[in-house]
Amino acid sequence: MSKLFSKENRKVFTEPLNFNNPIVVQVLGICSALAVTSQLEPAIVMGLSVTVITAFAGVIISLIRKTIPTRIRIIIQLVVVATLVTIVSMVLKAFAYDVSVQLSVYVGLIITNCILMGRLEAFSMMNGPWESFLDGVGNGLGYAWILVVVGAARELLGAGTLLGFQIVPEVAYEAGYVNNGMMTMPAMALILVGVVIWVQRAVCGDKEK
Amino acid sequence: MIKETLDKIRPHFEKGGKLSALRSVFEGMETFLLVPATTSRSGCSIHDAIDSKRIMSFVVIALLPALLTGMYNIGYQNYAAAGAEGTFVEMFLYGLAVMMPKIVVSYLVGLGIEFFVAQKKNEEIQEGYLVSGLLIPMIVPVGCPLWMLALAVAFSVIFVKEIYGGTGMNIFNPALAARAFLFFAYPGKMSGESVWVADGKLFGLGNSLPDGFTMATPLGEAAAGQTVPMDFSFVSGLMPGSIGETSVVAIAIGAAILLWTRIASWKIMSSVFVGGALVGFLFNISGLETPTAQMPWYEHLMLGGFCFGAVFMATDPVTSARTEGGKYIYGFLIGALAIAIRVLNPGFPEGMMLAILFMNMFAPLIDYCFVQRNIGRRAKRAQTK
Repeated sequence: MSKLFSKENRKVFTEPLNFNNPIVVQVLGICSALAVTSQLEPAIVMGLSVTVITAFAGVIISLIRKTIPTRIRIIIQLVVVATLVTIVSMVLKAFAYDVSVQLSVYVGLIITNCILMGRLEAFSMMNGPWESFLDGVGNGLGYAWILVVVGAARELLGAGTLLGFQIVPEVAYEAGYVNNGMMTMPAMALILVGVVIWVQRAVCGDKEK
Repeated sequence: MIKETLDKIRPHFEKGGKLSALRSVFEGMETFLLVPATTSRSGCSIHDAIDSKRIMSFVVIALLPALLTGMYNIGYQNYAAAGAEGTFVEMFLYGLAVMMPKIVVSYLVGLGIEFFVAQKKNEEIQEGYLVSGLLIPMIVPVGCPLWMLALAVAFSVIFVKEIYGGTGMNIFNPALAARAFLFFAYPGKMSGESVWVADGKLFGLGNSLPDGFTMATPLGEAAAGQTVPMDFSFVSGLMPGSIGETSVVAIAIGAAILLWTRIASWKIMSSVFVGGALVGFLFNISGLETPTAQMPWYEHLMLGGFCFGAVFMATDPVTSARTEGGKYIYGFLIGALAIAIRVLNPGFPEGMMLAILFMNMFAPLIDYCFVQRNIGRRAKRAQTK
């Protein structure tokens, strides 16, 4: 048991949450981060879907890593990811239809998410299944929390709600407050991601330096 | 006299003095009031006999005619809308009372952020906001609330100027970026029919208007499908519109000041008008039936923010093209794009803001092409010898 949660393994899990975050440090997976964060709910669902897929794709690839011929490894990774994405997509359609409609193509496009291929290539192909699982969960959650932060800010400022509940009181609207329409546009999502990167580097220090 | 006072209080602001936290403010005031003995240490200084603070002051002076007519127009529109009689002085004072808080808020927020950044980075205050701070209140509709203005100013100073490195480093014109922010964030308060006339009494002046009073700008009417007849007010500026942009005469005075002092490039200014006139003319003869396409080209040049943008925005030395040949192309495309947006996109009655921001983005590319062409030409000349 102690080996399962050794210092190295904990590092594998925690690094992508902050110091090696896929979005704010590696700047991967930006397209979907911009597309699905106009509201909080799809952002959370998207983050969880990616977490599930990165985790299990990591485990599967890591289990068969020794038998995969190097020359066709990308296509094998893609088949595994595509299978998982299809499963997740079907589960969403069955149990959370409204959100899956909101997410539209972006669930399917998780296949092309750079974070997935990056982690499979860089980590699962040379590490065991447990480490790959931790790495996948860590990266997925690292991706998810940025989405949640950006999604919450955009929904709160753009529509005055969180998860569909009215947060900004009616009194404020009567006093002249107006929702910021720019927050619902992808351009503002890019700026917000930029702000998150700015804050993260100001707090944690710039890794590139 | 100013110098003596400043010299007397200087020790307080030096390192270790009791007011050292306000050092940047002190330096900013000192260099603004007097021509400094040392030249600018940071940022991008314009290489000329006069430093950039002096340039900024000239631009502010050039803006004054448009500002003053804009103030009078605020009062005029309010009295006209209420159907009340008012003297010239009453109308002007009402406009002043409406306008003053906007200018104060714009400067407080903008300069506040600039002072904070300068203090934090231990740099001297950059003077660029002097002009932007006056421009921003002038290019918004009079019905824009103060808190929106403050938000837009903060957005523009932080995200359009400071993150690029401050004055002289920005790609986009900060004043226009503030307007674009407002335009996309709060479309209901930036265009439409209910924001162009000031409402309510201030200091016993002005009139309260009935609820739901609306008044569209000529361009707004045209975009909505009405034909707009030519009117003397297009030139004098006594029509609804953003505060500073309505009066062609006042802007022309400003343009004369800028050109005479050679602060603005006549190449950019003239080519903006040429581009706008040409495209407007092409639409006139194109056979398109919409009122905006059929509006005579000279009216296009007079209405909306075209003149104001051409004179004060397109010629911004930081964000425009810097190669001499590039200035013609840069200006021409601004004018052409502005009219094209007005005519072809009914969602945007005004295209000047987007056209200038768009060309701001391409100015470095235009410059690059011209520099490369010059390099190529000289290389060829060197080979043939």
